[in-house]
Amino acid sequence: MAPTLCFNCKEARALIIRPKNRHKLCRACFLEVFETEVHETITTFKLFYPGERVAIGASGGKDSTVLAAVLKILNERYRYGLDLCLLSIDEGIRGYRDDSLETVKRNAKQYDMPLMIVGYGELYGWTMDQVVEQIGKKGNCTYCGVFRRQALDRGAARLEIKHVVTGHNADDVAETVMMNLLRGDLPRLSRGTSIVTASGASEIKRSKPLKYAYEKEIVLYAHHRQLDYFSTECIYSPEAFRGSARTLIKDLEKIRPSSILDIVKSGEDMAVLVPGETNPNGKTCRSKAAAEDEAEAGGCGSQNGRSSGGEMAAMETQLAENEAAGSRETEIRLPQQPKPGSSKTQKPIKRQVMGHCERCGYISSQRVCKACTLLDGLNRNRPKTAIEVSASMDDEEISSTLARQMEHTQLTNS
Amino acid sequence: MAETATGSSTLPITVEFTGGLELLFGNERKHNVALPAQLKDGSQPNISYLLGYLVDNLMQDQRKDMFIMEDNVRPGVLVLINDADWELEGEEMYELQKGDNIVFVSTLHGG
Repeated sequence: MAPTLCFNCKEARALIIRPKNRHKLCRACFLEVFETEVHETITTFKLFYPGERVAIGASGGKDSTVLAAVLKILNERYRYGLDLCLLSIDEGIRGYRDDSLETVKRNAKQYDMPLMIVGYGELYGWTMDQVVEQIGKKGNCTYCGVFRRQALDRGAARLEIKHVVTGHNADDVAETVMMNLLRGDLPRLSRGTSIVTASGASEIKRSKPLKYAYEKEIVLYAHHRQLDYFSTECIYSPEAFRGSARTLIKDLEKIRPSSILDIVKSGEDMAVLVPGETNPNGKTCRSKAAAEDEAEAGGCGSQNGRSSGGEMAAMETQLAENEAAGSRETEIRLPQQPKPGSSKTQKPIKRQVMGHCERCGYISSQRVCKACTLLDGLNRNRPKTAIEVSASMDDEEISSTLARQMEHTQLTNS
Repeated sequence: MAETATGSSTLPITVEFTGGLELLFGNERKHNVALPAQLKDGSQPNISYLLGYLVDNLMQDQRKDMFIMEDNVRPGVLVLINDADWELEGEEMYELQKGDNIVFVSTLHGG
C-alpha cells in the first residue's frame, strides 16, 4: 500500500490524523503544528508577560511533561523571556507518587529547570496514605484536592512565583463540562471552562496553556518526541462519575473526533450565559468557588482527578455550604435584575472579604480555611490511636484521655 | 479467535504497550510475538486477530476492559502501526507483516 503523504509538506509519510480536522501529517509537521497551536493559545489569551516567572505544576504524567517540554521549546523559539521551573506536589501516596516524582526529577534535568517538591506530610502533618488510613477511601479525593490547591500555592509562594500553569487538556475540560452539565451545575461549568483562573482565595494565577490540545495529540506528541513520562492511576481514586464522563467523551471522539473541542466551545458559550461568573472577555470573576474547581480538576491522576465526582460533589457541597448559599441566593434574585452582567448586580453575588485563616495564615474568606477545617476533622479523630498507645499511661491519664475522646465524639456527632 | 496455525511458519512482530497499558502485561513494555503466518481459514493474521491473541496469551491482568471493548480496542487507546495511526492503515483489518511494530498507547491514565 502506497503510504499517504503529509497534508502539510506533501513529502514525508503521514503518521498522524489530527482529531480536530482529520488532516494527515508527518511526524515533523505534526510536532511543529502542535507547538504552534499552543503558541497561538498563549499569545491569543496573553497568558504570559516578558520576564514572568512561571511554575509548571508537574506530576510526571503525560500532560505536564508535554507542557514543560513545549513551554521550554516555545520560550526559546519565540523569546517569551519566561523563567520556568517545575513545581511538584508529593501527596504522600506510596507506590504512586514516589514513582512519578522520580520522573519529575529526571524531567528537571532534561529540561534544565529547577524543581521544587512540596509534601502534604510536611505541610499538613498528614500524608494521603495516613488520611486514607483514617477516613477510608471514600471521599479522600476531597482532602487531596483541597490540600493540593493550597500546596501548589504555598510552593509557588516559596518560589516567589505568582503564576502556575497546569497540564489540563481539551479532553479534561470537556469532561468537566459534561460532569457539570450532568450535575446541573451551570456556575461551576462556567468556571471550569476558563483558561485563566484568578481566584479570590489565592494571589496566584492559574492557567491551562493546553486547554485546546487533544489528549490524543498530547500522547502522540510525547510519543514522537520520546518524552519521558509516567503513567499510572492513583491507587485511591475509583473510577466513578468522572470515569463515566471520560468514557462518554472518548466514545464520542471515536465517532466524531471534533466533539471534544465542540464540547469545550459549548462550555465556553454557556459560561457567557451565567451572570456574574464570567465577564464578556472571558476572564473569570474572582470567586472562591473557582478555587474549589481547580482543586477538584487539579492534580490527581494526571491532575485530572479521575475521581468519583459524585462523592466529591457531595462532600464539597457539604463543605461549601456557607459560601455556596450566598451565590444560590443571588441566582434566584438575578432574573429580577435588569442587567445581570453589570457591576451593580455583581456586587451582592460575591463580595467576600478576603482575610487570612486564623490557624495557618493562608488567604481565606472564612475564619478558618478549608484545609484547616479538614485537618481539624482528621486531628480530632486521632485520639483513637492515642488510646491504643496509652497502655503505659497511668489510670488517671487514661481516664482523662477517654474523657477528651468522649467530648470529641459528642462534638463530631452533633 | 480460536484459529490455530496450519503450518509451522510464524510471523514475528513486536508489540509495545505504553501509557499505562503495560501494567496489564506484566509491566513489560516490549514483547516479541510470533503469530501463525496463516490462520486455519487461510487468511493472514490481522490486528483484530492480534487483539484476541494478546488477551489470550499475553495479558496478565483481569481488567480486560482497560484494553478491549466489544472485541475492538477500547476508545482512548491509540494504536500505532509502524508509528502510523492505525486509521491510516485500515484499523483492525490491517494484515500484519513480518517485523511490524505495533504500539498500543493508553490515553486514559494519569500521572
